[in-house]
Amino acid sequence: MNEQQRCCYKFFSRKSIALRLKSVVSNLIKVSINEIQNELIEDFSFFEDWMAKYEYIIQLGKDLPLIDEQYKRDEYLIKGCQSKVWLHAEHRDGKVIFTADSDAIITKGLVALMVSVLSNHAPQEIVESELYFIDQIGLQEHLSPTRANGLLSMVKQMKLYAAALNAHV
Amino acid sequence: MEEPAVLERFDVDRIRQDFPILTRTVNNRPLVYLDNGATTQKPRQVIDAIVEYYTQYNSNVHRGVHHLSQLATDAFEVTRRKLKPFINSAHEHEVILTKGTTESINLVASCYGKAFVHAGDEIIISAMEHHSNIVPWQLCCEERGATLKVIPINEAGELDMEAYRSMLNERTKMVAITYVSNALGTVNPVKDIIGLAHAVGAPVLLDAAQAIQHLSIDVQALDVDFLVFSGHKMYGPTGIGVLYGKEKWLDAMPPYQGGGEMIKEVTFEKTTYNELPFKYEAGTPNIEAGICLAYAIDYINSVGLDQIARHEHDLLEYATGHLLEVPHIRLIGTAREKSSVLSFLLDGAHPYDVGVILDKLGIAVRTGHHCTQPLMDHYGIPGTVRASIAMYNTKADIDALVTGVERAAAMLL
Repeated sequence: MNEQQRCCYKFFSRKSIALRLKSVVSNLIKVSINEIQNELIEDFSFFEDWMAKYEYIIQLGKDLPLIDEQYKRDEYLIKGCQSKVWLHAEHRDGKVIFTADSDAIITKGLVALMVSVLSNHAPQEIVESELYFIDQIGLQEHLSPTRANGLLSMVKQMKLYAAALNAHV
Repeated sequence: MEEPAVLERFDVDRIRQDFPILTRTVNNRPLVYLDNGATTQKPRQVIDAIVEYYTQYNSNVHRGVHHLSQLATDAFEVTRRKLKPFINSAHEHEVILTKGTTESINLVASCYGKAFVHAGDEIIISAMEHHSNIVPWQLCCEERGATLKVIPINEAGELDMEAYRSMLNERTKMVAITYVSNALGTVNPVKDIIGLAHAVGAPVLLDAAQAIQHLSIDVQALDVDFLVFSGHKMYGPTGIGVLYGKEKWLDAMPPYQGGGEMIKEVTFEKTTYNELPFKYEAGTPNIEAGICLAYAIDYINSVGLDQIARHEHDLLEYATGHLLEVPHIRLIGTAREKSSVLSFLLDGAHPYDVGVILDKLGIAVRTGHHCTQPLMDHYGIPGTVRASIAMYNTKADIDALVTGVERAAAMLL
């Protein structure tokens, strides 16, 4: 990323529509999964307390209609014990495009973060990626199996889709 | 063990001093523990007893002739001796020690089922049962070719007693009902339920997992056939529970599991079983938990269940009144007779989201379906937020909850 691209990219950070635009921008300038993770870590470092952080996540959840209603069916459902997550993947121009949704707003905001990081990349990059941003922005508790919110299963499922596509390619 | 004197006056501040965990912080805020329906915290007396067991007389029970084994066996049997008056059973050997409520129910469903349930028979449960009091009976019905009947509930979360009456008949072989609903707090009219079941010759199993720590229970006055509960929900250790059964049933049922301790004599041709209660206690039990449950019983007795019930009832009323003042709140479970549980929803918010924000505020509640999926389906909701009260909770805890719910509403709605 050059300075101008970085500037343009950062301009959209911390806005309620940031992630959707980021994915458009990232598509244009081909940022890597790790670059997106690093940007998110920087974005989140500006939040002074948990409330600001969660308000941002809730806003992400509220603003983003992430999945086409036709995919909000049981076959796309990843069952957490408490909140539901729907995930849809398609292969377009050598990249995997994820869309997802949840019935709980905080989960939905976190789903939006995951999609912004993993969507729009080549299957192999997704398979090989290591998601470290969740830990670093202090949201690791949401990926704990005891939370039973479907997020952990979603990440696994995203990688499985990518692996299947990778093998196919 | 000395018998502690009953507190003259209920003093919640003094009680709180006995629970070390209550002084800790969570997410940099004082812990407000309102997940007592899941498990209660333990008083210092129980914690000290656990340490004492492992540092002074850890040993296997019921076998060794050596000194430590004798000490451990005696202490283990003290628990049974204390449980007898605690539930007022006629005999000590009617008290079987198990892993917990779930194992107790599975034991009855399996052993009673083998002896008394046949094709075409019926077993009655209710719409508000915990999965632990549904699935063992479904298994039993599948195995025995019997039918499971479910007593419906009204909008407030009370059993439809007319429907119950109409379900009872000579094919009814068991009525298995919760005393207090874990998800709604409803206290069921168990005396009537038992009387009606007995009138058609059916025994009753009461799931007292959410009752034993809140209400005085007298199994003889209730004339209940089986009563089950867990140690960890009554200020005791995890991994120990109780099955009370009338002697006539326990004698007539086959053993649950085979192994050590439950036998009298083993040859390869024929094994004879040990007498009650050991017939149902195969293998080495959770000795530590079994011994230390006695200290929890002592603790409850020292405060007095009547005083505990009064305090918790006052808190429940206080909490209900204040929570209802929060906009968009909806209480799930508004039965006339309730105990210790407040289940609610913020309309427009998923219970999971409310739980996450309360956790950030140091408030421990339970969110989800509370292992009562059929009940949640009845209300057409994914789950609730459940605050459940114990003897050490205060009005300040409730105030923190109400403020937390207001905060969650401001963030989520």
